[in-house]
Amino acid sequence: MSKSARLAVIGAGPAGLSAATLAAELGLDVVLIDEQASPGGQIYRALAEAPAKRIDLLGDDYRRGRALLRALHTSGAEYWPDTSVWSLDQNRTLGILRAGRAAMLQFEQVIIAGGAMERPVPFPGWTLPGVMNLGAAQILLKSAGVVPAGGTVIAGVGPLLLLVARQYLRAGVAVKAVLEISPRSNMLRAAPHLLRATAGGSYLRRGVKYTADIMRAGVPIHYGVSRLRAHGDRHIESVEFASHGWRGRCDRMLATDSLLVHFGVTPRTSLVCAAGGRLAWDTSLQCWRTQVDQWGNTSVDGIAVAGDAAGIGGAISAEHSGRLAALAAASSLGHITAAERDRLSHADIAWRRKDLRIRPFLNALYRIPPEFLVPDDATIVCRCEEITAGQIRAAVREGHTDPNQVKFLLRCGMGPCQGRQCASSVAHIVSATRQIPAAACAPFRVRPPISPLSIEQLAELSMADE
Amino acid sequence: MTNATAKIFDTVIVGGGLMGSSTALQLALAGQRVVVLEKDHPGRHASGSNAGGLRRLNRHPAEIPLAVAAAEMWRNIAALVDSDCDVKLCGQVRVAESTADLEMLQKRVALVRSLGYEHEQLIDRDQLYRLVPTLAPHCLGALYAAGDGFARPYHTLTAFRRKAESLGVVFHSGHRVQALEQLAAGWRVVTEHGGFTGRTLVNAAGAWADRICALLDEPVPMTVGAPMMMVTERLPHFLDLVVGAASRMLSFKQMQNGTVLIGGAHLAAHDMAHETTAIDFTKLRESARTVRALFPHMKSVRIVRAWAGLEAFMPDRLPVISESARAPGVFHAFGFSAHGFQLAPIIGRILAEHITGRPGPLRLEAFRIERFNTTNAIAESQ
Ligand SMILES: Cc1cc2nc3c(=O)[nH]c(=O)nc-3n(C[C@H](O)[C@H](O)[C@H](O)COP(=O)(O)OP(=O)(O)OC[C@H]3O[C@@H](n4cnc5c(N)ncnc54)[C@H](O)[C@@H]3O)c2cc1C
Ligand SMILES: Cc1cc2nc3c(=O)[nH]c(=O)nc-3n(C[C@H](O)[C@H](O)[C@H](O)COP(=O)(O)OP(=O)(O)OC[C@H]3O[C@@H](n4cnc5c(N)ncnc54)[C@H](O)[C@@H]3O)c2cc1C
Repeated sequence: MSKSARLAVIGAGPAGLSAATLAAELGLDVVLIDEQASPGGQIYRALAEAPAKRIDLLGDDYRRGRALLRALHTSGAEYWPDTSVWSLDQNRTLGILRAGRAAMLQFEQVIIAGGAMERPVPFPGWTLPGVMNLGAAQILLKSAGVVPAGGTVIAGVGPLLLLVARQYLRAGVAVKAVLEISPRSNMLRAAPHLLRATAGGSYLRRGVKYTADIMRAGVPIHYGVSRLRAHGDRHIESVEFASHGWRGRCDRMLATDSLLVHFGVTPRTSLVCAAGGRLAWDTSLQCWRTQVDQWGNTSVDGIAVAGDAAGIGGAISAEHSGRLAALAAASSLGHITAAERDRLSHADIAWRRKDLRIRPFLNALYRIPPEFLVPDDATIVCRCEEITAGQIRAAVREGHTDPNQVKFLLRCGMGPCQGRQCASSVAHIVSATRQIPAAACAPFRVRPPISPLSIEQLAELSMADE
Repeated sequence: MTNATAKIFDTVIVGGGLMGSSTALQLALAGQRVVVLEKDHPGRHASGSNAGGLRRLNRHPAEIPLAVAAAEMWRNIAALVDSDCDVKLCGQVRVAESTADLEMLQKRVALVRSLGYEHEQLIDRDQLYRLVPTLAPHCLGALYAAGDGFARPYHTLTAFRRKAESLGVVFHSGHRVQALEQLAAGWRVVTEHGGFTGRTLVNAAGAWADRICALLDEPVPMTVGAPMMMVTERLPHFLDLVVGAASRMLSFKQMQNGTVLIGGAHLAAHDMAHETTAIDFTKLRESARTVRALFPHMKSVRIVRAWAGLEAFMPDRLPVISESARAPGVFHAFGFSAHGFQLAPIIGRILAEHITGRPGPLRLEAFRIERFNTTNAIAESQ
């Protein structure tokens, strides 16, 4: 553990796996670090151990993941599972935690491939037990085969709703309804991007097929859902919503003890922020992402970001961007020349460009409507500190005009989640209240540790030079 | 009213921290028209990120009269700013872990008594454990100040700002003072958003105060440090007092919401070009070891956040509270060396008294800028 490698890759999803593999193949001394017990990241989670039957259930994706794992094993990269990174500074010193022991290690190059997280979208009742993120539910399915016993309602936005609904149906779970919140007007926004999107490959065909499968199973899919609300006393008992069909609005109520929600994914930015890297507001993704160049280099020397952590591109793009970041790191460390880097990168740049063509279409189609971005006064926005949207609005009106001031005053964003859950909601509320673009707000300053560390672990912290 | 007249004030204050805001409030109470120019936003730096400790305990003798007067104001802070600033006057202790510590504390009590003050007293082991039952069992006694405590820094700053605003003080965020021009009677203070004119200028620029001094051709041997803090997850209530130690760097308190705030004046790395700080975990490790030694039950408690704030330090760890020795109509209040929060209410009052020509009884000799034979002191610090 005290060995100091030259390149650290954080995250063993498709981006990190391909970055570490290529870098090791190019002769770099590489450590691949991931907090999970096995490699694969979000999409190929628990791939190595999954029984053949579950792999069947989850489809072709897993086969592609297997190939990535094989390549890693033969590349010579070192791999540290069960190791979380809790801090990163501008000198590329990593704070890691492994088997309960904390250590600081410095690297010459760092590639952050920490992936995305599900976009937190506050709505009335979202903090009730029984309301869960779809991704978290999918993790239970992928890693332990656990499903909601009494059936479920799936709500939110985007292709994952359909994907997971289909996975559940195959696993014999009663899906009571799929509630898609993106309004029909999104189709108009998305239409101009459609031409490029169809050139983008198989994504759309899959979407159409999943929809057909789900409808055939008799599961109602409601489009243009608004006024989503979870009701219940100590646990969710029902979900209320309005669906907007061609014939107008219709208010509905469904009894359910499980509501799975998903509003797309947004880049995980806390490590980059901790290191002082610059973020940019992405108006198309409606959230912050890291400012990077075509290689993934951030504003901090020697720190790059690859995969969904840099901006949402999906698993295939993640592989390409991981390889591009590895090439850049190899050239920075003098293992290859800049000319070699450029030559070796042609294919990845071209493939990635092709793969990303669908994104403007998807971002427009699955754009979150304002109703969901800017919740009403009574809705809790910061779960850690139980701060409502109304309190945030009041703070802005009192002259705390920037998200960091709101944070100072209300403590929203100061809880154990470090603002991951409320950062973009606070920005949206501030921008709506002040009637300025969200891009004009400053992101929360991130304070390490980005994941909690105990007093004992800090007291026993070991340093690279000890 | 034209723009030009809108920018003419009695006093222009550089810095929207607690010193600037408190001074602005007192001047407004005295009837002045005041503008506060802040390059970021009020409370962005030390005043919004400090530990909130209200401590007379173990102050430098020269500061005791100020701290005692400030404590008087804190006791009734709502009368001044219409908010209680979440003040909790729960007492502070400084524990002795050895007989050497105990002797040191005894000397301290004798010194404070000889100056005529009663706020610090020695307590024995039994009294200490009655006050802090969860303390590790090896401590021998403590120095105790019953009326000390803490407040919430950003709330305090906001209360001072809002009260000042209600009395007509203008705060400008995002206004960095770049140049100072001396006029026949007063100063023109230049920002990227234009100039502001005042008869009097107050330098309350915190960790940047030496730059304002440089603009006035009045160099000072000030340095910048970034004290670090960390905070834990919420815990059930176990501690009322603020706890420090005689021979360790520690400040330890449980906040109203159950989190535990841990400081100890260990310094982070900082970068004045970008105005950023970077946590030094080697030094925070010392704080964690101190906590583990004094509160062993905290071992498995999780730290959720660590941060640091930029603060101005003077070589003698005493602030500069002084009329400028070179520039007429300029007053300085900076260099609080990581213990200015508690003093802020009285600093505002003192400066306002001096600016309006009605100085009160508190003596400021120890804080004069002339105490640094400037050229020598700067040569020494290099
Ligand atoms: C909840 C969720 C469900 C998804 N489901 C699907 C799906 O079913 N099908 C699909 O095509 N796409 C899905 N996606 C999108 C897909 O996961 C991504 O496009 C793809 O995985 C991106 O790859 P990546 O390498 O960038 O990141 P990821 O695959 O997310 O890998 C990131 C890895 O970094 C690790 N990591 C992050 N931070 C740290 C840290 N501080 N310390 C140590 N390790 C760290 C994580 O544990 C993770 O293993 C999903 C995304 C999410 C968030
Ligand atoms: C981590 C930490 C813990 C502390 N704990 C305690 C404690 O427990 N008890 C205690 O009594 N004290 C404590 N202190 C000290 C206390 O916070 C400071 O002494 C006090 O806040 C100083 O206030 P100030 O207004 O002088 O400085 P600041 O709050 O730094 O305000 C100065 C302001 O001036 C602005 N400025 C600077 N240059 C310019 C310019 N050119 N133009 C415009 N604006 C400018 C800055 O942006 C800044 O906002 C602590 C300090 C820190 C950092």
